[in-house]
Amino acid sequence: MDLITVQQIRVPATRDEVTFAPGERPLGGGTWLFSEPQEGLTGLVDLTALGWEPLTVTDDLLTVAATCTIAELTRLPAHDGWAAHPLIALCADSLLASWKIWNVATVGGNVALALPAGAMTSLMSTLDATAVIWTADGGERRMPVTEFVTDVRVTRLAPGEVLRALEVRTAALRSRTAFRRIALSPLGRSGTLVTGRRGADGETVITITAGTPRPVQLRFDEVPSERALADAMSRIEEWYDDPHGSPDWRRAVSTLFAEEIRQELGGAA
Amino acid sequence: MRFEVNGTPLDVEVEPGQVLRTLLRENEHYEVKKGCDAGDCGACSVLVDGDAVHSCIYPAHRLEGRSVTTVAGLGSPDHPHPLQQAFVAAAGFQCGFCTAGMIVTASTFSDADRDDLPRLLKGNLCRCTGYRSIHDAICGVTNTETAPTGEATGHSVRAPAGMRVATGREEYTLDHTTTGLLHLAVLGSPHPHARIVSIDTSAAEAMPGVELVLTHLDSPATLFSTGRHESRNDDPDDTLVLDPVLRFRGQRVAAVVADSVRTAQLATERIVVEYELLPAVFDPEQARAQGAPLLHADKGMESRIAAPERNTVAEMHGETGDVEAALATSAATVEGTWRTQRVSHASLETHATRGWLDRDGRLVLRTSSQVPYLVRDEICHVFALHPDHVRVFTARVGGGFGGKQELLTEDIVTLAVLRLGRPVQYEFTRTDEFTIAPTRHPMRVTVRAGADAEGRLTALAVDQLMDTGAYGNHGIGVMYHSVHESVSVYRAPNKRVDAQSVYTNNLPSGAFRGYGLGQVIFAIESAMDELARRCGLDPFEFRRRNVITPGEPMVVVDPGEVTDLGYGNSYGLDQCLDLVQDALRTPGGLTPPSGPRWRLGTGVALAMIATMPPRGHFADTTVELLADGDYSIGVGTAEFGNGTTTVHGQLVASALGTTPDRVRIRQSDTDVARYDTGAFGSAGVVVAGKALLAASHKLAAAMRERALRLVDAERHDESLRDEAAGVVPGGVRVGDRLVTAAELVAAGPLIADGSHDGTPRSVAFNVHAFQVAVDEATGEVQILRSIQAADAGTVLNPEQLRGQIEGGTAQAIGTALYEEMMLDGEGRVITDAFRNYRTPKFSDIPVTEVLFADTFDELGPLGAKSMSEAPYNPVAPALANAIRDALGIRPQELPMSRDRLWRMIAAG
Repeated sequence: MDLITVQQIRVPATRDEVTFAPGERPLGGGTWLFSEPQEGLTGLVDLTALGWEPLTVTDDLLTVAATCTIAELTRLPAHDGWAAHPLIALCADSLLASWKIWNVATVGGNVALALPAGAMTSLMSTLDATAVIWTADGGERRMPVTEFVTDVRVTRLAPGEVLRALEVRTAALRSRTAFRRIALSPLGRSGTLVTGRRGADGETVITITAGTPRPVQLRFDEVPSERALADAMSRIEEWYDDPHGSPDWRRAVSTLFAEEIRQELGGAA
Repeated sequence: MRFEVNGTPLDVEVEPGQVLRTLLRENEHYEVKKGCDAGDCGACSVLVDGDAVHSCIYPAHRLEGRSVTTVAGLGSPDHPHPLQQAFVAAAGFQCGFCTAGMIVTASTFSDADRDDLPRLLKGNLCRCTGYRSIHDAICGVTNTETAPTGEATGHSVRAPAGMRVATGREEYTLDHTTTGLLHLAVLGSPHPHARIVSIDTSAAEAMPGVELVLTHLDSPATLFSTGRHESRNDDPDDTLVLDPVLRFRGQRVAAVVADSVRTAQLATERIVVEYELLPAVFDPEQARAQGAPLLHADKGMESRIAAPERNTVAEMHGETGDVEAALATSAATVEGTWRTQRVSHASLETHATRGWLDRDGRLVLRTSSQVPYLVRDEICHVFALHPDHVRVFTARVGGGFGGKQELLTEDIVTLAVLRLGRPVQYEFTRTDEFTIAPTRHPMRVTVRAGADAEGRLTALAVDQLMDTGAYGNHGIGVMYHSVHESVSVYRAPNKRVDAQSVYTNNLPSGAFRGYGLGQVIFAIESAMDELARRCGLDPFEFRRRNVITPGEPMVVVDPGEVTDLGYGNSYGLDQCLDLVQDALRTPGGLTPPSGPRWRLGTGVALAMIATMPPRGHFADTTVELLADGDYSIGVGTAEFGNGTTTVHGQLVASALGTTPDRVRIRQSDTDVARYDTGAFGSAGVVVAGKALLAASHKLAAAMRERALRLVDAERHDESLRDEAAGVVPGGVRVGDRLVTAAELVAAGPLIADGSHDGTPRSVAFNVHAFQVAVDEATGEVQILRSIQAADAGTVLNPEQLRGQIEGGTAQAIGTALYEEMMLDGEGRVITDAFRNYRTPKFSDIPVTEVLFADTFDELGPLGAKSMSEAPYNPVAPALANAIRDALGIRPQELPMSRDRLWRMIAAG
């Protein structure tokens, strides 16, 4: 929809111009910003003309620019041994947004939006990705994506900061993963999305998004016992409550999925 | 900025914050539709440099140098894209408002993609079809045919507008250029119940571009109802164009008219209002109790509110026999309370009106309405205008489902046009549709029923309470209808009905497909299923023992009721039950999912509905012979995907021995026919269609008569009087002489009229069965098989009728499993966008096997009955009964969402 309060859109070509006046906000693909009225928004700073390379792969690291579109990410070919690669498509398909939106929507935009059902947050959390943040003073800082998103529509971005990229260790991409998701309708907005990842060293990480207000990770040195996992799940206190599922149901199906994933990753039945 | 649209360069100014959709429509690319303006529905889909995008969320400032393709760029009626041809051939649309976006999206698919349609079409909503025909279109299945001359009825003839719809050429309400158009925006109430103490509009008026600000001080004092019926006395007079008392959040406080939507909306924020807050009530149980805040206590008898002192707009209490005594001695009894939620019609085209004064100073309203004549008459009533000074018409309407049997935008546009003398438009947003447009009535229904040892009903009692919201539009009619065919389809010596329609400070409820029946049928059919179990009877057999049969009175609570409702010699309920039961015995459906968590079940339910609304439904039509042998028909009822236009063409073509392409249809315009009550109560075929048939027969007789006279005059031979004269394509054949249409009309126009008054009425039946699998650990329901049998009398257009049944089934599956308008308990709608409201997608709807009973209704045109609302009604209880069968526990609340079912299972 037209954003009627917007008076100016700036399209920076260099980092120097990436500054924010009061009422201005960063613009990625815009597929969410233009989908709801934005109270108090007077200007947008379009990050998509900065020329950020969408995807860079080295031996150790996959760097996903914040402005990489979801479509571009889904077209990233699997490299040898990337057992976790199917998660990209599974998470993209977990978005309520269809593939047409992926042509415009960005990975960084989805993470920075910090919606519980933001499936790029699910993906990046599962892969223990690092958020690269451009600070207002021209510097850079990093933190795990799991810590970057702190609540519904809340991130650790300070005023004047933008999300620059998401870094994924290729070691994470080489780990074994499992995936479960449910919504109140077959392809609806996720009620809960639970993933598991087992690294080469045996470390096992269960990540819960959509069912909880922010990403929740349960980390174990090895595949946990049924009991250990159930205990950890029962200690999750806050389950999300919105029109896409009641908290009690989200807890129950998340717990069910976590146990299924534990078994899928090699845990004893 | 320069970019290309469909190969043509466009050089335009772009507003900051503007999206591609509005830019395209500003430049007359009306083929790009607005369904949601939020990226959820896909109606606005276009290609940008070959990539499919939702243009309503595509920032326009990025368009420099790009190339945009819309559905109109894919093909034209003369040179259609193969998919455009396929959508027409498959009948892959009903209202057609989603079609442009569907075709643009599907134009990017490869052959392999056809196996992945649920995923690939999850960003394209269709509210009408149920998606089967869209699947057929994309996969190249042809479902339509060309009818032989004079035999159009009974064939799956294509919708006349098909190719225009598929190529984006068909005009909907706002797909039209009006110079000097102003836009109206509304300031909605932030409070659920308040009185305006003062209102200062000066800052808004001072904004450049603002032409007018309207407040309650400008409002006509005449009370009316937004709900429209043949008799204006059917609804309570409880509404003003602008009221100083606000009874729900979002109710109009003021309206701004400005030179752009943007300016008008921004100006509403400059209006300063002081409110006196009033106590509010949101629960109908509390609203009818003593001491509750009253909503319409200021209204008198003349408003036709049953008991304003109890917030009760209507109530009904009646009994035949003695229910208590009968239940006390019944071999088996059942009692339960069922609840249904608030549902949005979710027509893809939102409500909208554009109004102006024509050259003669006459007010013209172009509106998205099912009832243009009723709108005209009420506008005349409210504004004290003469009907000759008002014209109301619709273009093609993008979906209705009862939601456009309301006067929601026309009144405020009228006020603005009359004040300014300039064209004014008011268009609802999708959020308006969810927050201020009337919804389906939520109901609480308690049913008690008993049966004897042979499984024969001894008693049936219904206690119904419905939340009509802040205004009583349809709050009376829906209440009476809800307990009518639902109760009277069963024979029981003792019956009792208590029903109340109660005001609350929630948004108003209104007319919705089925008009109240669906909610009560959900309860009664669930109770009957339970009673059958307690009697140890198969649910089909139980129903056969207890449903009314031809000749029996249809009793609600008054066995002596005088009614125009009868059987039309076309009873088909027995056939429907047999057809569905036989189908269940044959193999079919999906393979059940494997695993110990899945439980399987089967359920059935039935529904009866009158073929027309009660108390009169009128249609006056004309059929005229044109010099080229075509016929021009004038009919008042509207096309919103119901397919009546196709059937009208078929009826006229058959009666006049020609083909539907020779029938030119002028419709839904107070200028083209004397009168039509409108497109509701499924009346388009059985009332307007029957009127057209009468006009056609009259015209045929007049044509033959004139042909004979002409031939007599030529041959001076009276003996030709006895020669057979037959209407044929192009004129009338008398012996071996063809008297051409041109010759016939040379002697003066040949035009005949035909009318129908909508009485007496008949009944139609639907039976639905489901086989389901339910995951007891998550509450997920998979529909393995869906079967509906319909008693529609003569089937005039098999493909269209199948489409209506599939579409009604799909909408009802949405109601049964997915859709829910959630309020916060203080009148605030929290599901105010499609993304939070689970309108069924392609992935959510199974294939339904559609079966037809073989009956002939002596009241309907060529034996046909109506079948638009009816298919919706048995679906939710059939699903509930299947889920009950699977789980051993009965769901009693809609929607039967996964979280609710999981909780029910977990509670045991």
